[in-house]
Formats: sequence, C-alpha cells, structure tokens
Amino acid sequence: MQVIQILFEASLWAAAIRIASPLIFATLGELICERAGVLNLGIEGIMTVGAFAGWVVVYHGADLWTGILIAAIAGAAFGLLHGFLTVPLGLSQHVTGIGITLLATSLTYYAYRLAFPSVTSPPKIATFVPLEIPLLSQIPILGDALFKQTPLTYFAFLAVIVVAYVLYRTPIGLAVRTVGENPAAVEAQGIDVTWLRIGAVAVGSAFMALGGAFLTMSAFNSFYFDMVNGRGWICIALVVFGSWRPGKALLGAILFAAFDAYQLRLQQLAGAYLPYQVFLMLPYILSILALIAMSRRAGYPRALMIPYRKGER
Amino acid sequence: MRLEPRTESARSIWVIAPLAAVVASFVVAALLVLLGGASPLSVFAAVIKGATGTQFAFLETLTRATPLIFTGLAAAVAFRAKLWNIGGEAQLYAGAIMTIVLGTGALPLPAPILIPLIMAAGMLAGALLLLGPTFLKTRFGVDEVVTTLLLNFVMVLFVSMLLDGALKDPMGLGWPQSKKVIEAAHLPKLVHGKRLHLGFVIAIGAALVVWFINARTTFGYEMRAVGFNPRAARFAGIPVNWAMAKTALLSGGLAALAGVSEVAGLKGNLTLDLSPGFGYTGIVVAMLAMLHPVGVIAAAIFVAAMFVGADAMSRTVGVPNYIANVMVATALLTMVTAMLFTRFRLKLR
Repeated sequence: MQVIQILFEASLWAAAIRIASPLIFATLGELICERAGVLNLGIEGIMTVGAFAGWVVVYHGADLWTGILIAAIAGAAFGLLHGFLTVPLGLSQHVTGIGITLLATSLTYYAYRLAFPSVTSPPKIATFVPLEIPLLSQIPILGDALFKQTPLTYFAFLAVIVVAYVLYRTPIGLAVRTVGENPAAVEAQGIDVTWLRIGAVAVGSAFMALGGAFLTMSAFNSFYFDMVNGRGWICIALVVFGSWRPGKALLGAILFAAFDAYQLRLQQLAGAYLPYQVFLMLPYILSILALIAMSRRAGYPRALMIPYRKGER
Repeated sequence: MRLEPRTESARSIWVIAPLAAVVASFVVAALLVLLGGASPLSVFAAVIKGATGTQFAFLETLTRATPLIFTGLAAAVAFRAKLWNIGGEAQLYAGAIMTIVLGTGALPLPAPILIPLIMAAGMLAGALLLLGPTFLKTRFGVDEVVTTLLLNFVMVLFVSMLLDGALKDPMGLGWPQSKKVIEAAHLPKLVHGKRLHLGFVIAIGAALVVWFINARTTFGYEMRAVGFNPRAARFAGIPVNWAMAKTALLSGGLAALAGVSEVAGLKGNLTLDLSPGFGYTGIVVAMLAMLHPVGVIAAAIFVAAMFVGADAMSRTVGVPNYIANVMVATALLTMVTAMLFTRFRLKLR
C-alpha cells in the first residue's frame, strides 16, 4: 500500500522537480542542436565541464550567477569546437561527439587535479538556496513541489518557455527549425547554413553546461569525478521521447525524474527483497524502452546528422 | 574557404594523418603542462621513459595494450559497417563475467580445453549483448549509439550486483570482488615473473583474423559495402540486416575477449575497477588505426604507452596523469579531421 501512497507525497514531487532540473537544461540543449541538424554526443563531457567551471569560479570567490555564466561560456566553447568539426568540415557527428566528450571530460579532470592536487574530500561551496515563491508556495502539494525550489530550477522552467517561444515564434527559430529539415531552403533565403548551425550548437552546448552546473551549484555543493553519470546520454533519449519539442521534452524530463525519485523511495521499502542495483538500473532501462516506444513515431529532423555542403545534393 | 571532393584518394594521408594526430596531441599536452607550471620537455621525457625506458616499463605497456587491441578491433569492425558500437565497456564486462562463471572451479577441465571454452563463452555473451541494440537499430531504427552507451551503465550495475551476490567471494572480507579463477583457467605469462600474458598473443592473432576477414572473405566485403552505402548494398543483393547482425556478433565478441583476457591473464578475479574505460578508449584506438585491424595493434600500443608513461610521470613529476586522456582525445579529433582530407581538399577562394 505504501508503494502507492508515496506517489501522493509532496516530497516525491519536490524531489522529482529537483532531479529533473539538470535534465531539463541539458535536454533543451541537445534539442536545440538536433533541431539544427547536429547530433551532439559531446553532451556528457560538456555537462562535466559546466559542472566544474561554474563550481570552481564560485569556489574562488565569484558569485553564483557569475559561475553560471562562466559554465555557459565554457559549454559554448566546446559547442563551437563540435560545430566547427561537424558543420563546415562535415565530420561524423557520432565520432566527433564521442571525441568531444572524451576531451571535455579529461580536460576537466586534469584541471581539477591541477587545481586541487591532493584533496581527499573535495572542497565545498555555498550553493543556491531554495527560494519560496510567496502565495504560490502555499498551494498544497503543487506549492511544495514546484515553488520551493532553488532559483536555478525556476531558471530551467523559464528556459523551456523562452526556447519554445524562440523556436516557434521568431524568424531565427524558424531558420533553426528549417536548417534541421532542409538546409538548402535556408540557403535559398540568403541565410548562412554553416553559421546558423554552429550558432545553434554553441547555444545548445551552453544549456548542457548549465545542466552540469546545476549538479555542483544546486543539487550538490562540490565537484566529484563521474558525477554526471550518464545523465547526458539519458537526455539524448529524452529528446527523442519528447519528439524534439521543448514542452514535451520538459514533460518527459519530469516524468523520468519522478520515476527516479520514486525508485529511490522504493529502494528503502523493497531494498530487503531486491538488490539496490536493480533500482539504479531502472532509469537507464527506462530510457532504452522510451527510445523503442517512440521509434515508430520518428519525427526526427530530416537533415539530422547529414552534413550540408553547398552545391551538393 | 571550402572543401572540394578529390577525384582520387591521397595515399600520403595514410602516413600524414596519424603523424598529425600524434603531433597535435603533444602540442596540446605541452600547453597543459605549461599551464601546470612544469616543463613540457621534462614531462614528455618522463612519459616516454615511463612507457618504454626499461624492460619492465615496455612489457607493462604491452600488457596495457592487450585489452585495447581487443576493444579497438571491436570498434574498428563495427565502425567499418557504420554500426556505432559504443558499448565496448559492457561487452568487456560480459566476457569477464563468463570467465568467472566458468573459470572459478565450475568446470574441472585441463587448460587446453578450459581456456578456449571460456573464450568462446565470453565471446558469445559479448556478441549477444550487442545483438540487442543492433536488432533495435535494424528493426525499429533506434540509434545504437545511445542504447549501447546506456547499456554500459546497466552492465556495470549488473556486475556490482553480482559481486554483492551470486559471484561474491565468500573469503573476500566483504569486498565486492569475485573468487579467483583456477590455475587451469589462467592465461600463462609470456615472460617469467612479468605481467605480460598470453592474451597479448591472442590479441595479435585476433587482429590478423580480422584482417583476413576484411581483406579476403565475402563477409568482409559485405561489412564494407553496408558501411559505405546500405541502399546500394541492398540493391546489390547483400542481406543488409544479416550482415549487420554478423558484424555485431564479431564486434561484441572481440570486446568481450578484452574482459576474458584481463581476468584470466592479469587480474585473476572480477572487480568493479576491471576496466578504466577500455571500451571507450578502444574507439580512439580504432580511429587512430583508421579502422585497419593491423593498425589497431600499433595504435593500441601507442595509446597504452601514453597511459603507462603518464602514470609513471605523475608519480615523479607531479603533473596529473589525466594528461594522457587529454592527449588521446586530442589525437582522436585530429585524426578524424586529418582523414577528411583523404576525400576532400581545402580550396582557398
């Protein structure tokens, strides 16, 4: 009975929103890249960079929002590299993405070891603190779940609205969506396909880095090795699950996070009967299942992973 | 500036590309070392000495190269057919699990029978593990990159579960580790008193077999055709899905051999730190080798030398050993960029 009761606890949904926040940022980021026709498998590494960059500048005395800005810039820098290699050079987006993840992760670990040569327990920072929204936070369950979060979580939700607005209601959004479907049409409009795609990848990568920064600056207060732990790959599945739409991706991220929060609580209840690893596997398995379920409705951008070369058909 | 297709492929690039990759990785590493306040030359000297300076160091490099040859071959075979198997890590653990299941006393057989049996069972486990994502790719169009990546995480948790349960060593003082494999399941050492083992020879053999398959068999031709243009391959009468499945079986099996060889040749038991990312590094090895199976041997030894040398260097000079990972990643990106110029030339307008 308790198994069902948990579902109605506000703390479950508060945890779900918390767990969802980094996923929302990173999923949005991947979505922007893919909408422009570029698969970005650098996501896992770019999240790691963001987690480290934001945290380390705050540790050295910068304020939290400066940390966020630095994380975004660091992410965008790797995005530019990925964009340069995959768009004008047209390299395999799979291999380049894996390469970006390896490079970004190893550079981060190198920098971490250089900055903190012999620490046993990683240094901590003062992170974002929960901000209760007046009135709204008084709503039963919903208030606890949604309106007692840290500013970074509100920022994540705001980002979904902004990205959705830009994608569907502005000329630049139209250009980005078109370049992922039919780059020649964008070219015919006199817009430079190369720069548009590179720009989209850089902006998307900045969002991914924010997802990483959430981990060190809101969810935890320190940087650990392997802390991104496959979240980037899960976000790639979430983009497919959300059929490349910001709103649906948000919903997917929250559902996924709710499931994750639920399995954590289930672990405490059923931990005696099942090994804890089974519960930890579930999010990854769920991602695979989501991919299979959505594969039939493949609404993927038509030009995804196809390099565009002027004058070539 | 624009790229223009070449009418004929440039032969010289096959030498220039790997050289460019190596040089670029050293340049990036030099910058990072300067950032760390050390002298690049002394760091590189320490890396090279640590990797090849003594007989011990050189054998250690070959030992480290062994699993990388297997995972590198796994990636090379799959990538040639444009099957993006990023799940080498999971397949490696599948092989390791089979080694423990069969090699810790369940089968009291003599070594000449037991070792091939374990290798076959390990390969089967790894092969089947990759068959799933491949089926999802060919049947449902699910991107295999993501599924194989996600399976890596599932597999590591599965190993962790086994080490807490079914495969836990009762004498292990509560550590998550398995029992040791029996004497008959050990891959013999190649040099008495050193760590280099028969796995290295098997890896070289595997590379030659893969080369033979690629160059001399219909299957090798099918893999290349499918990778080059699946539609054209289908029109030419090649059963594309079946060719993909066969590629997956071979690739998964090869990656699993890395696990078999590490457990039966080096570690003796299964722990959660069996692989420090051999599966992922194998991708770099394959790309550095331009997917050529014999090149994989050279690339694996180069990459292993970086890691072994960097470990030794960080103990003496104190620059973090992650510099090896940075160099390897840089080499990968430079390599794919350089390979582009086999097909295109840069035109400055």
